[in-house]
Amino acid sequence: MPSELPPLYPIGLQHGLVLGAALFAVGMAGALTKRNAIAILMAIEVMLNGVMVTFVTFARHIPGIDLGGQIFAMFVLTVAAAEAAVGVAIIITVYRLRRTISVDQADTLRG
Amino acid sequence: MSQVAWIIPAAPLVAFLAIAFGARRSPVASGWLTILGVLVATVVSFVVLGEALAGVRVDQTYAWLPVPSGPAFPLGFQVDPLTATMLIVVSTVSLLVQIYSVGYMHGDAGYARYFGFMALFTMSMLGLVLANNLLAIYIFWELVGLCSYLLIGHWHERPEAAQAAKKAFIVTRLGDFGFLVGIVFLFAQTGTLQVSALANLAASGGLVDPALTVGILLVFAGAVGKSAQFPLHVWLPDAMEGPTPVSALIHAATMVAAGVYLMARTFPILEHSPTALTVVATVGAFTALFMATMGLVSTDIKRVLAYSTASQLGYMMLGIGAGAMAAGMFHLVNHAFFKALLFLCAGSIIHLVNTNDLFEMGGLRRWRPVTFVAMTVAALSLAGIPPLSGFWSKDEILGAAAGVHPVLYLAALVTGFLTAFYMFRAVFLAFAGTSRGDAHAHAEPASMTIPLLALLVPTVVSGFWGAPFLGNPFGAFLEGYGEGHGLAATFHFDVAALSTLLGVGGVLLAWAMYGGGNLHRGRAVAARVRPLYEIVANRYYVDHVYNWVAGRLVLGIAWLASQFDQTVVDGVVNGIGTVGVASGATLRRVQSGQVQLYAWVLFAGVVAIAVALVLPMLTGGRV
Repeated sequence: MPSELPPLYPIGLQHGLVLGAALFAVGMAGALTKRNAIAILMAIEVMLNGVMVTFVTFARHIPGIDLGGQIFAMFVLTVAAAEAAVGVAIIITVYRLRRTISVDQADTLRG
Repeated sequence: MSQVAWIIPAAPLVAFLAIAFGARRSPVASGWLTILGVLVATVVSFVVLGEALAGVRVDQTYAWLPVPSGPAFPLGFQVDPLTATMLIVVSTVSLLVQIYSVGYMHGDAGYARYFGFMALFTMSMLGLVLANNLLAIYIFWELVGLCSYLLIGHWHERPEAAQAAKKAFIVTRLGDFGFLVGIVFLFAQTGTLQVSALANLAASGGLVDPALTVGILLVFAGAVGKSAQFPLHVWLPDAMEGPTPVSALIHAATMVAAGVYLMARTFPILEHSPTALTVVATVGAFTALFMATMGLVSTDIKRVLAYSTASQLGYMMLGIGAGAMAAGMFHLVNHAFFKALLFLCAGSIIHLVNTNDLFEMGGLRRWRPVTFVAMTVAALSLAGIPPLSGFWSKDEILGAAAGVHPVLYLAALVTGFLTAFYMFRAVFLAFAGTSRGDAHAHAEPASMTIPLLALLVPTVVSGFWGAPFLGNPFGAFLEGYGEGHGLAATFHFDVAALSTLLGVGGVLLAWAMYGGGNLHRGRAVAARVRPLYEIVANRYYVDHVYNWVAGRLVLGIAWLASQFDQTVVDGVVNGIGTVGVASGATLRRVQSGQVQLYAWVLFAGVVAIAVALVLPMLTGGRV
């Protein structure tokens, strides 16, 4: 049914890529500047989302790759969920040990 | 028996090994083992001499080190007149010295060690004499040098003895190095080290000048070191720090004579180089005179004998250099017996008075009549008084020297006069007059007296082996080794008379100055020629020069090298280390442990790569 109607705004390749890049940049900025480990974890999720948007966009606009982009996005989604679980577990452990989740304080590997 | 002549060195070797691996716990057993081993060697040596006199000649060679592309290095032995003669000298003197040592070294803490090394030395010396190629000779050559070092330093807790041992080892090493270079050189030139093969090459023109002269002079360098010839003579007087029987065996009769023996052994090569012959004769004559003058002023009885030994070895070198190899060897044989006797006599009186200083002796004939007689006879022999052994061989050498150059002849004659004088100066100082020290009678063990009497026999009679009125059997025995220029020296009545007169003159002069056991005449003469006396008493400052060279020059160069090592070489190594450490210290700051910083760097890297990839696209390849 939607395919019979002309789109209100034609959403092209560039729209998707710009959105993906913007999400990635926002996530990147968050990951690099936040001190709270949970915030960083969330920022990384945003970066992953940006990547997934890019994948799906390419899958829609490049003929011949079928559902490859979508499948990749599903993988990223799965891995991101697992990563979030592991990440939060690490953060809880760090908190128990050091009573803080500020990444500035977690510098025992300093050379 | 000559076919199995290797038994001769093997017997003392077995004794040495037995002492080294067990018997040393029992000093008495060690002494007897060595005596037994040397006795076997002596008996076999006499059998071998008998066979050699009957005309038996053996030359056996075995491959030792096979070389993949080239001739194998051989080991082997020969029995010829030269070897047979030396075997007798070495084994007999060694046997008597071992017996003497039983008494002399009695109660010494290192008694077993002493006899062990004596056995090792005897083995090495006998092996050296039997070896038929230069490489094998060199191996034994180094072994006798090692034994000499070990035995000079027998009383190593005394610093002088330890120093003397080191000095002997290092100084002879200078000559040994020349010998080694000579061996390598001759091998490179000819591909063989068999003395007989080298001799054939020299005779047939296969080995010609300058290689011939260079090679044989390098070999002579080894002989100069071992036989204490100028300028490597400085170690021998100091070597007297060793026990007196060691001096008698090693530093009078055998090892120091090894240099002379080496030149006799290589004589068939040497004789084809007139230059080398001249060098040998000149070095010999100079050493003979040079060392004799030092003997005039020494007050240490053993040092007098040491100077005399070097001087007499010079005589032998002169004989060989003059082309009279048989005469040199004849003197070697006679000298070995009477000089060993002189040393054993010196040991006998040192044992009595506990000092080497002639000025603290005097009147000893009362306590040691046997020693007095033996020493006088040996000294007369050394002075060349007929009919004792020294006269006959010395006369042959004088005759040969007269036939080569008047200067050599004159040097030999003057040496003869000085020899007679300094020997009887020592004899009179020790035995004449009354005691100047604190000698007190105590009996001498028979094991020390018997060797003196035994050595008196060859001292008196060994000269007749080469006596001209018997047709010089010794010269005839060695005839044919080398082509020989005047090998069988003829008897010159005028030479004999002159040398005898000079010998008697020397003895009489010594009697006039020291006969009564007085020191004042000698001191008066010394005072009159004070500057000259000082030079001679300081051994012509040769040791000072060497010390200066070693102390200032060598240590200066060593200091420079050390500085270079410490600053430049170590600087490079330490510098590399410092660079590593410093760069590590700097780079570790990067590892802040801040994960976000790592992420920043990662991001910056990706951006940089992206820019590098994208920029060319935007500019169409034009940067």
